[in-house]
Amino acid sequence: MSIEVKNIIKTFGTFKALENIDLKIETGELIALLGPSGSGKTTLLRIIAGLETADQGDIIFHGKDVKDAQTKDRNVGFVFQHYALFRHMTVFENIAFGLRVKPKDVRPTEEQIKAKVTELLKLVQLDWVANRYPSQLSGGQRQRIALARALAIEPKVLLLDEPFGSLDAKVRKELRQWLRRFHDDLHITTLFVTHDQEEALEVADRVVVMNKGRIEQVGTPENVYHNPANVFVLNFLGNVNLFHGRTEEGSADATTKKIYVRPHELTVTRQPVSARSIKAKISFINPAGSVVRIDAVASDGQSVQAEISQEEYKSLKLQRNEEICLTPKNIT
Amino acid sequence: MAVHLRSEPVWVRWTLIGMALAFLGLFIFLPLSMVFITGLNKGIAVYFKSINNPDALSAIRLTLITALVAVPLNLIFGVAASWAIAKFDFYGKSFLTTLIDLPLSVSPVISGLIYVLMFGAQGPFGTWLRDHGIKIIFAPPAIILATIFVTFPMVARELIPVMKAQGNDEEEAALTLGASGFQTFWRVTLPNIKWGLLYGVILCNARAMGEFGAVSVVSGHIRGQTNTLPLHIEILYNEYNFTAAFAAASLLAMLALVTLFAKSLVEYRYRAELKAALRLENHG
Repeated sequence: MSIEVKNIIKTFGTFKALENIDLKIETGELIALLGPSGSGKTTLLRIIAGLETADQGDIIFHGKDVKDAQTKDRNVGFVFQHYALFRHMTVFENIAFGLRVKPKDVRPTEEQIKAKVTELLKLVQLDWVANRYPSQLSGGQRQRIALARALAIEPKVLLLDEPFGSLDAKVRKELRQWLRRFHDDLHITTLFVTHDQEEALEVADRVVVMNKGRIEQVGTPENVYHNPANVFVLNFLGNVNLFHGRTEEGSADATTKKIYVRPHELTVTRQPVSARSIKAKISFINPAGSVVRIDAVASDGQSVQAEISQEEYKSLKLQRNEEICLTPKNIT
Repeated sequence: MAVHLRSEPVWVRWTLIGMALAFLGLFIFLPLSMVFITGLNKGIAVYFKSINNPDALSAIRLTLITALVAVPLNLIFGVAASWAIAKFDFYGKSFLTTLIDLPLSVSPVISGLIYVLMFGAQGPFGTWLRDHGIKIIFAPPAIILATIFVTFPMVARELIPVMKAQGNDEEEAALTLGASGFQTFWRVTLPNIKWGLLYGVILCNARAMGEFGAVSVVSGHIRGQTNTLPLHIEILYNEYNFTAAFAAASLLAMLALVTLFAKSLVEYRYRAELKAALRLENHG
């Protein structure tokens, strides 16, 4: 089912949570809403689910305005950041909940419910926890049960709020790939909220970058990463290329206009190689990782970060406090 | 050595324990047992006769009716108020919270007096009520009203912290799964608050049956008609009818013991449930 968000405005008191949000999501897409905290991404997700009402604007599901429809009638699967599993019910009953509360005439029989729950438990690879309580599960297991519960009502849209936010790094990576494969199999229109750039770029078909209640850019991961619409997007997505270290853009003021360069787009040499080269003094080297991260202070006092390969690092034999030259690659 | 260093010397420990026990004995066990001893000192036959007479039975009946009306009403009100306060943000929320606590800070005499002023012969509704033959003051309705007022905060105060701690997440999850408001309350909210609710109801019931001050003001003390058990005891005592007074008092004392027992049972069940969940978590 396609989702159209039209000119949504939402304020909390004097705080503008969302300002004129327009967004169109095609059937079967996997979309990431990416932004720092307070950017309005969760609010937008909750408005789509009907858990929050917009001050203005329309939400259209497959050509039908659902602005005035209640949450329970929207048929969206929602996975909450902290899972929100029913603590007094077993895993089985949690997943069966959506089926048991259906109106009498469309409610499945006990056997049908049992079959459906078993099928969903198999789908999330947790069929052995049916009789446990949520408190007896690990974070990653709870997350998958929450997903199975949301899927039980066969939603046309799946909304996930920071689905991997409170999991540790390793589980998070596994579940992320699992979500991608899962989406490829089921093709439910899916929106997930995240503040993790890597997560968004790795999983989503398209990324919606949000900031301060506005959409900064919408595009494929490749597109937003390589052709950022503005400085904010560049900055926000910059961190991701240096997953094994940390990163910020290097600024080379060799020409009159400002040029933003990512750390891996800098060449490190002992001698200047072009007019654009700038001199800098190494303040820190982190050789642990797949690339070597170098922090340096340029002659004008600005701090610069660069990334070079292990081979380059070995052949250059760089030391702390040494003078180096940094040259941006591929600047046209 | 380390063990000795960490704990107090033996004589300090025993002095403290002894003081606590002596205090409890002097101020609680001794008076409580005096109730039963005095009630029974003319024999078991007199004891039962003092309870099994029309005035006493009528007092017991009125007390039970009062509790039977006040407790369910406060249960409904308590759940509604704590639901509103814990789960929603609205204008005047802190005022409502303060208002709920008001009966606890107001003297019971005032709690009774406000109903006399409102529904009494001189009150704004007095003439109208008299013309229509409705008796509120010096009749059971006023007793029930005063009891509701006094026990007003009991359920809500137990539930608000519980509901606040649990947040909205599970209710919202239920809504996204297609549950109606009622289904959400019945299947999700209520099971989560049931022990807190039961605890509040037990306290509310104990207070409703034992309330003296507010009820005394509005009752009119008509024997066999508007006396609750606490008022009945006072009248007997003022008439130097100690055996009968203490026999009736022993009923209230027993109610207190039953309340105490039920309270610990609820706490015990609640803890056992939590413990079981935790134990399974550790081993699972």
